[in-house]
Amino acid sequence: MKQGSRLSTMKKSTKANGITYLMLLVAFAVVQIFTATGSMTNLIKGLLVPACIYIIMAVSLNLTVGILGELSLGHAGFMCVGAFASSFFSVCMRDVITSEWVRFPIAIIIGGVVAALFGFVVGIPVLRLRGDYLAIVTLAFGEIVKNLMNVLYIGKDDSGFHFSLKSAADLGMEPDGKVIVKGALGITGTPRDSSFIVAFILVVITIFVVLNVINSRQGRAIMSIRDNRIAAESIGINITKYKLMAFVVSAFFAGIAGVLYSHNISTLTATTNNFGYNMSIMVLVYVVLGGIGNIRGSIIAAVILTVLPELLREFSDYRMLVYSLVLIFMMLFSSSPAMVNFREKLSLKTKRSKGKKAKEAV
Amino acid sequence: MALLEVKDLSIQFGGLKAVDSFYLKIEKNQLYGLIGPNGAGKTTVFNLLTGVYKPTGGEARLDGKIISGKKTADVNKMGVARTFQNIRLFNNLTVLDNVKTGLHNQTRYSLATSILKLPGYFKKEAEMDKRAMELLEVFELHNEADTLACNLPYGKQRKLEIARALATNPKLLLLDEPAAGMNPNETQELMDTIRFIRDKFDMTILLIEHDMRLVSGICEEITVLNFGQVLASGETSEVLKNPEVITAYLGE
Amino acid sequence: MEFLQFFISGLSLGSIYAIIALGYTMVYGIAKMLNFAHGDVIMVGGYLLFTISTTMGLPVWIGITGAVVGCTALGVVIERFAYRPLRGATSLAVLITAIGVSYLLQNLALLIFGAAPKSFTSIVTMPAMTFANGALTVTGESIVTIAICIVIMIVLTLFVNKTKPGRAMHAVSEDRGAAQLMGVNVNGTIALTFAIGSALAAIAGALLCSAYPTLTPYTGAMPGIKTFVAAVFGGIGSIPGAMVGGLLLGLIESLSKAYISSEMADAIVFLVLIVVLVVKPTGIFGKKISEKV
Repeated sequence: MKQGSRLSTMKKSTKANGITYLMLLVAFAVVQIFTATGSMTNLIKGLLVPACIYIIMAVSLNLTVGILGELSLGHAGFMCVGAFASSFFSVCMRDVITSEWVRFPIAIIIGGVVAALFGFVVGIPVLRLRGDYLAIVTLAFGEIVKNLMNVLYIGKDDSGFHFSLKSAADLGMEPDGKVIVKGALGITGTPRDSSFIVAFILVVITIFVVLNVINSRQGRAIMSIRDNRIAAESIGINITKYKLMAFVVSAFFAGIAGVLYSHNISTLTATTNNFGYNMSIMVLVYVVLGGIGNIRGSIIAAVILTVLPELLREFSDYRMLVYSLVLIFMMLFSSSPAMVNFREKLSLKTKRSKGKKAKEAV
Repeated sequence: MALLEVKDLSIQFGGLKAVDSFYLKIEKNQLYGLIGPNGAGKTTVFNLLTGVYKPTGGEARLDGKIISGKKTADVNKMGVARTFQNIRLFNNLTVLDNVKTGLHNQTRYSLATSILKLPGYFKKEAEMDKRAMELLEVFELHNEADTLACNLPYGKQRKLEIARALATNPKLLLLDEPAAGMNPNETQELMDTIRFIRDKFDMTILLIEHDMRLVSGICEEITVLNFGQVLASGETSEVLKNPEVITAYLGE
Repeated sequence: MEFLQFFISGLSLGSIYAIIALGYTMVYGIAKMLNFAHGDVIMVGGYLLFTISTTMGLPVWIGITGAVVGCTALGVVIERFAYRPLRGATSLAVLITAIGVSYLLQNLALLIFGAAPKSFTSIVTMPAMTFANGALTVTGESIVTIAICIVIMIVLTLFVNKTKPGRAMHAVSEDRGAAQLMGVNVNGTIALTFAIGSALAAIAGALLCSAYPTLTPYTGAMPGIKTFVAAVFGGIGSIPGAMVGGLLLGLIESLSKAYISSEMADAIVFLVLIVVLVVKPTGIFGKKISEKV
């Protein structure tokens, strides 16, 4: 009995994770088959990398929102940091490291690490706050990052790098200097290194890492803080450390999503739509619709909500309207005390009737 | 040397002296009761001992080391575990995972081990599973290991909370009203369990309780708290005969 | 003199923020929820006024009345159908719902009025005043805004402290359960709070669009978020706090636009929020709340 129940615990999470990996494998195979047979439209081809980006964003945000239980509205800020840091690197090193197989992995690591560092620096003060306050401060952080990227100028000449928060002229460079980051005009000329294969590998790595963290000693500590902070402290869990751990890992992967994003477009700018709180909220919608704390759900929601709107172009005016309605009804359905009661009663009833049937069968 | 020695412990909230010059001495392996009327400051004493509140005066020492004023998590690492008056479980974790979370500082492996699922991960997790199941068996919860903590009935939730506290391998266990909401049969069973814990784990236990049958049944010594001050302390049967104590409980 | 000029425009902007922040803070104090959609009610107020006064050509006072009535009704409806069913749910659930409502309002406005900005005619007919031989100009909008803000502040303080519904608000904010047991109509009081907050948002919308005469479906979003900053700054739940927070925020924004960088003004405002919350999480007038163990 004892052995049996323990085995079933192990099995449950392993089995669930197995289904998730299997699902990814099938998706990958389907894409490859369609590409090989040439039945992939350009529209869908163009959506492959964005879908991967959103999967990474949603899964990493779910670590903060679902597993740590803190609402972050600044996830796009970390994506922005990762995008700009890696693009800056790639543009600078374009002529030095010519092989994209060397340059891109370095760019990915740089984007992730810089975002993680931001996560760490922001997390220390911010994670002391709770609930709504934390949400609004992370939102503020995202807006600050976006705002700063719009006024940041970085140039390079023989004497090294020059920084300014005013204008390109203010950089005071030699005539041969090259402006790399051009304020509101952003960074141009990032090599288009993102490909579906790389993006897919990064998706798998993200999911692998996040699932493994959840099913570990560290994951239990993080979830215990979510469920009951005071009890977690009372059994010797270092609240700050584990909150920060979840936040930093989450920021790291958002940064990597940013790298994929910036290496998939020719001109990188920080606008309200790509790195503003709109993006953070969009990703939050994926997390909520996929189920808070449910990693596989986030993946499915991200894919469906990236592909579906593009397929329903003619209804694009109604897209956001439908999103918002779905968001409200999902929350009312999943969280309102009346609905929760109703569902509990329902499940009790079905259980009972099942029990009856079982008895009758005997 | 006493296991727990508290001297002059005080805390003031604004002008209110919630606990004033509290003292206590508990020997190793003792079963000690802390009683008093509602609002006397019993839970506040627990909160002072576990670092939830910082005392405004006095000190508490465990095995000679100061624990008062330290952070809650650090106090636990030094060897004090507790339960709560209003049960605080990790509701969305399974019963087994609740106890495994209690083992957090007992069995350690690094984040890299978790992420890469190195062999150490499987070995340590198996160790934790074994240890947690042993604890659950003590409380007859092993058949519910996979149940979510929030789906346990009330009495079992109280037991799980004790199991989780024991998982942190404490020297001193603080139980805040363990029998609250239990019927006489359950209370009787709980008394046996508490005695069993003391003997099996060689544990020292300090408990807050209103149920006098439980207190006089298992506590060797008690301290009575009234209006934040110690009214009497000593051997249980003696203290309960003390006229002042009777007055505090029953009124003039 | 230049400083005084920026100071007055900051004060005027701050007055608008203060009026919006009052709505935020009252709702937070009583319903204990962050009404993310509050900013978008401002936008709805702006469009109502625009439709009635500019499109239909009716007098301004009818437009303002229409905006106030419309927003009040909207606030009550939102509370009744989106927030009330979630009473007792986690704050995460409520906040996400509020975000949903915010998006719903923005996208409804987008469908009805389109994305192109509407140019708004100021509701203030008062001419600008010049002082010190023209070195200092104070617009009519500034004067009216500051005056309205002062009136609202006084009326609201009297209402909350001197009237029965006002005291009911205090009671509900302090302890919802106990208030209910004492016979206070909790649902009614919360609905009333949303009504007042939304009416204030409509007034703020009219003033905001008069001072900055472009109206888009996203007009309310940024002021909404910034005024949350203001409410937190003053200590959320506190009426004088919202007032002071709003004014300070307006001043900080106006002065940093003038003396630091107009592009970075928003970043500075948000940075101030982070610093305030980290140093004093309860704001200037806020009460300390700690969890009971």
